[in-house]
Amino acid sequence: MSNNNILARLLLGHCLLFATSLVFGAVTVKDYKFPIKDRFVATVIGTPAELKAELPTAQQIKFQKKRVRVFPERQVPDLLWYGEELYYSVALQENPSPLIFLIAGTGASHNGGKNVNMARAFHQAGFHVVSISSPTYPNFVTAASSTAVVGHAEIDAEDLYRVMELIWSELDESIDATSFNLTGYSLGAFNSAYVAKLDEEKQSFNFRKVLLINPPVSLYNSISLLDRMTQNIPGGEDNFSQFFDKLVKGFSAVYKQQDDIGDDFLYKAYRAMDLKDEELAALVGVSFRMSSTSLVFTSDVMTDYGYVKPKGLQLDRYADLSIYDQVLLRLGFTDYYHNFFYPFYKSMNPDIRRDEFISAVSLTAISDYLTSAKKITVMHNEDDIILEPGEINFFNDVFGERATIYPFGGHCGNMSYTENVDHMVRTFTSGAP
Amino acid sequence: MRSTASRPALVVLACCLVVACSSTPDQQQLEQQQEQLLDQQLQQLQEYPEPVFSADRVIPIDAIDVTSVYDPWEPMNKRIYNFNYHFDQWVFLPVVRGWRVVVPRPARIGVRNFFNTFRDVRTAANSALQASPKKFFQSLGRVLVNSTIGLFGTIDVATSMGMPRPDEDFGQTLGHWGVGQGPYLVLPLLGPSNLRDGLGELPDFALQNYIQGNLLAKPLRATVFLFDSIDTREKTNFRYYETGSAFEYRTVRWLYSTKRRLDVEK
Repeated sequence: MSNNNILARLLLGHCLLFATSLVFGAVTVKDYKFPIKDRFVATVIGTPAELKAELPTAQQIKFQKKRVRVFPERQVPDLLWYGEELYYSVALQENPSPLIFLIAGTGASHNGGKNVNMARAFHQAGFHVVSISSPTYPNFVTAASSTAVVGHAEIDAEDLYRVMELIWSELDESIDATSFNLTGYSLGAFNSAYVAKLDEEKQSFNFRKVLLINPPVSLYNSISLLDRMTQNIPGGEDNFSQFFDKLVKGFSAVYKQQDDIGDDFLYKAYRAMDLKDEELAALVGVSFRMSSTSLVFTSDVMTDYGYVKPKGLQLDRYADLSIYDQVLLRLGFTDYYHNFFYPFYKSMNPDIRRDEFISAVSLTAISDYLTSAKKITVMHNEDDIILEPGEINFFNDVFGERATIYPFGGHCGNMSYTENVDHMVRTFTSGAP
Repeated sequence: MRSTASRPALVVLACCLVVACSSTPDQQQLEQQQEQLLDQQLQQLQEYPEPVFSADRVIPIDAIDVTSVYDPWEPMNKRIYNFNYHFDQWVFLPVVRGWRVVVPRPARIGVRNFFNTFRDVRTAANSALQASPKKFFQSLGRVLVNSTIGLFGTIDVATSMGMPRPDEDFGQTLGHWGVGQGPYLVLPLLGPSNLRDGLGELPDFALQNYIQGNLLAKPLRATVFLFDSIDTREKTNFRYYETGSAFEYRTVRWLYSTKRRLDVEK
């Protein structure tokens, strides 16, 4: 009995130890002082101005917009006439330096806030910076997506890789790069993982290091979560206009009290409006939907698929689009997935099956590669709102010590926080150049 | 002399136009216009195969378009919007880039402060017209401080002293006295506006012209106007079509109209 007891204790102890090592294989960050403990608040308002890392301004690093023609023979429909060339940004060093590519998150552009922030940090740390829009940004869809229907992990990676090669072939004449590196946040982190994998075959860059910041595990799970957040609109989606009114009134009240929209405007607005967590979730869902309307409409016009615009109808650059905007605001991203994305690829390849197709667009699908690719590291948050319960463990299981999990920050809310900016930069400056 | 005399007449004319054009309630016009447009569009769409998600299927009958704005001149506005993009690309933005290269940053700040002082005069005048003593004295104080200690307005001493900077124009003055925005209007070169604010530019411009005419020698005035335009474009971050979204025109229209509504209430 007593022997059994000891054995049981030993076994239990062993199991516990084993379990702990499983849960804490990833580096969890202790004594983390990020002040916003609410995951939705962190996601929406980000890092308070006074706690942001001090960085040179975009003007100081000469962050410049450039453009490149990816498909010279491509004819863009008149409505999207401005989207023939792909826009990107660079901030370059004068001396030979390592180069880093930045890939933006869902619906975000090369010169969106988060990419510009990262560019400022990496340029200060001595990198050439090349900033690229997300494949889900309308300009990328029109100018650089081979199919114009984005969300396909491998095809998006090929499109991004083509763009990166093209940009480098132009920069190669004027600058020296001592190594190539890659990072991205949110969907851009997901893209980075697939681009890194493609690079192992193509070897144009042989990336030295790759950092994934707040990536989704399964794209479908994450967009479903974001879609469902609109259900948090008080009174349901039918009350969208009342909810929208409330938000506008809240912003208005704050706006009227101050002289300009400064860094802390969102924070003040949030404080003044006293939004509940459900309402913040609804706000995240609504803004996600608004950014997806432009994306989906761009794909629909480019392919003439007939999703919301009737097939065959040619819209010119002056056409009234209110009807399509209103239809799309009432559709979720999962609607796009099932009624446009999947059938579109199914028609190209009749052998694919819906469930397999959905599970293929995930990091799980390439977990063998991610386990072995020591150059790839992860920076994530325990309370990220785009992950299903338990999905955070994927990073621990696959990346082990190469994953650092912060206890707070929501989805990308802590990316400007001094400690996180240091982490990003250190990832690429540590070790041999 | 003759042109100076015609200015007050212009102002009166502008005011009459504004009042005449935008005194009708916006909301009613808006709803009527929306219904007509929707009907037209739906009829046109019936000639084509139904898309996966059609308006009939998705939009409830009693739905409200929360971001709609009264815009009966949309086709013309979109053409001006398009023209402004090209003017930006070929003229305005290259000039702004040249300006940044040629004029050192401290000088550019000086120029900006100089023009801001004229805007403070405009704010003071409009605050008086709005019977708002607080804003009037705030902006008048700025003008007095900056045009003296601030070396003819080139150094913004007032802001360093913590004096707030209200911003009022004639469009807001009309709004303050109950004139509605009227139809949305994209102005050539100047961008998003509406009938009220667009006409409101005229008296503001006349006032600035009058003051500068008394202060500056004639050859200098054209240069000042040019610098003012360049400076205004430089500090405006907006770039036409930059979002890449097909719905950009709608979004900008709503944002502008909302902002102006709030500026009037402010």
